[in-house]
Amino acid sequence: MKFLVCISKAPDTTSKIEFTDNNTKFNEAGVQYIVNPYDEWYALVRALELKESLGGDVTTITVGGAADDATIRKALAIGADNAVRVNADPKDAYFTAFQIAEYAKDKGFDMILCGKETINYNGSQVGGMIAELLNLPYVSLATKLEMNGSTATIDREMKGGVEVVEVNGPFVLSAAKGMAEQRIPNMRGIMAARTKPLEVVEPAACDDLTSFESYALPEAKGDCKYIDPDNMAELVSLLHNEAKVI
Amino acid sequence: MSVLVYIDTLSGSVSKAAMEAVYYGSKIGSTTVLTNGGIAADQLAVLGECGASKVLVNRAVTVDDASQVSKLVVAAVEATGADTVVMPLDLTGRAVAPRVSARLKAGLATGAVALPAGDGTIKVNVFSGKAFGNVSVKTAKKVITLTPNSLQIEKGGAAAAVEDFNAEVGGASITVKEVRKQEGDILLPEAELVVSAGRGLKGPENWGIVEDLAKALGAATACSRPVADIGWRPHHEHVGQTGVAIRPNLYIAAGISGAIQHLAGVNGSKVIVVINTDPEAPFFKAADYGVVGDAFEVLPKLTAEIEKFKAQN
Ligand SMILES: Cc1cc2nc3c(=O)[nH]c(=O)nc-3n(C[C@H](O)[C@H](O)[C@H](O)COP(=O)(O)OP(=O)(O)OC[C@H]3O[C@@H](n4cnc5c(N)ncnc54)[C@H](O)[C@@H]3O)c2cc1C
Repeated sequence: MKFLVCISKAPDTTSKIEFTDNNTKFNEAGVQYIVNPYDEWYALVRALELKESLGGDVTTITVGGAADDATIRKALAIGADNAVRVNADPKDAYFTAFQIAEYAKDKGFDMILCGKETINYNGSQVGGMIAELLNLPYVSLATKLEMNGSTATIDREMKGGVEVVEVNGPFVLSAAKGMAEQRIPNMRGIMAARTKPLEVVEPAACDDLTSFESYALPEAKGDCKYIDPDNMAELVSLLHNEAKVI
Repeated sequence: MSVLVYIDTLSGSVSKAAMEAVYYGSKIGSTTVLTNGGIAADQLAVLGECGASKVLVNRAVTVDDASQVSKLVVAAVEATGADTVVMPLDLTGRAVAPRVSARLKAGLATGAVALPAGDGTIKVNVFSGKAFGNVSVKTAKKVITLTPNSLQIEKGGAAAAVEDFNAEVGGASITVKEVRKQEGDILLPEAELVVSAGRGLKGPENWGIVEDLAKALGAATACSRPVADIGWRPHHEHVGQTGVAIRPNLYIAAGISGAIQHLAGVNGSKVIVVINTDPEAPFFKAADYGVVGDAFEVLPKLTAEIEKFKAQN
């Protein structure tokens, strides 16, 4: 089977979030980039597991500049066979989805996987947009994926529970927690990643649908009010009279 | 402005997140709601109260296939001439809104936390709740998904006219084999009150004191990531950067250290109460109210006081 896994970079989860240029740009100074956790731990690792049992190959695709190559090599070190980078700074989710769909449309992938969202833009947009642009079924927030021949059986989060669905390939899926266990790249993987192919393709012309004009940080919290552990009546009273939440 | 709000229902009733989306739409312009046939008859009135002027009911399409649902939404946009589509950022909104956006070539702002500003920009959550972004949608048609618990609904609209709505949406590409309902009836992402606990609770057998407090308050339960990873609690309760992001009115955290990845998914909560034995726990920096104490003693006491308060009010 041919798998395409969409990989985005994301700031390391401990990064301090700050903005520069009059709050119009994310301050990248000192920020360590990682592979977006949902893309890596769940989408990529599950694709690798399926490849290992069914055969085939796993290609990753990233829309980004040359600086993203280091992040892409990490995905290769975990076990992807080859990688593609669409050489453009992603302007918004639609731009990203459009470039991936353009690349994928004539390559015969059986499955396109992405994470449920990135931890920086939290959009949950790219997977659904790729599916629409390629006119494919879309299974969002998948927590389990098994293949029987060309039929996939997928557990996915639904309002109020879990739904088990069947879909025939090709299809697009977004991965949530539960799909796979995190894999740590080993020395062999890291060495092998250096020689794996990383193809760079130029972007296609795309409509401009949205843009981030500016950013803001939440208001700083006031000081914490401490309550004696033996006086829970006071806490209840504060929650009712002061905070007005009960 | 003409707005179309798409919502689906869980067991026939309109969720709070859906009501908020309808109310949000009504604050932007004249609002038509599109919903599926599963909605209970008495719930149609709720949509009017939240500000809908018209309700379109489709009885043919199930809610499971994002491809069909998005075709239905696009057909309703065409039929009503809507310029803005609003959906709650729930599991359906996450599947359907991007497809609608790509189909209409209409810019999508995900996770709005406020009404559009005077300049038309839409404030959304970014960096897992650690910051906000102001998005400008450059297309004439716009799609917005709304973060649950982002605005206070003031009910008061009149009854909405109800009409059947049908459209050609093609065959389903997904077959539903089984549905497993989640235990408990308060859905975490839209709960107003949440009681959460972490590794400080020492083991799954101790969760009774957490559930007792949640029950007394009418709250949903949640947990930190290691607790879900070890299997003490189900995965859907894991909140934080890599779990569910929530913004309830009240978040009570017992035995949780407050690591940055946990805070990322909960710091949108209006009021945070932290119970921890360690006065240096980082969570106290994000808390409104702090109790330095042992969760095993504090939680039962708090539950007893809540029960007393409920009996009097
Ligand atoms: C990429 C990445 C993503 C992550 N995403 C998430 C996420 O989404 N959500 C998340 O929660 N974590 C996440 N984490 C993990 C996070 O960094 C912390 O490890 C985790 O939140 C700690 O959980 P905890 O507070 O329950 O446990 P601990 O860190 O073990 O803290 C337990 C706390 O309980 C207190 N305690 C002990 N006994 C008692 C008692 N009897 N009464 C009261 N208090 C007591 C202790 O003082 C301590 O503060 C992520 C980590 C990484 C690297």
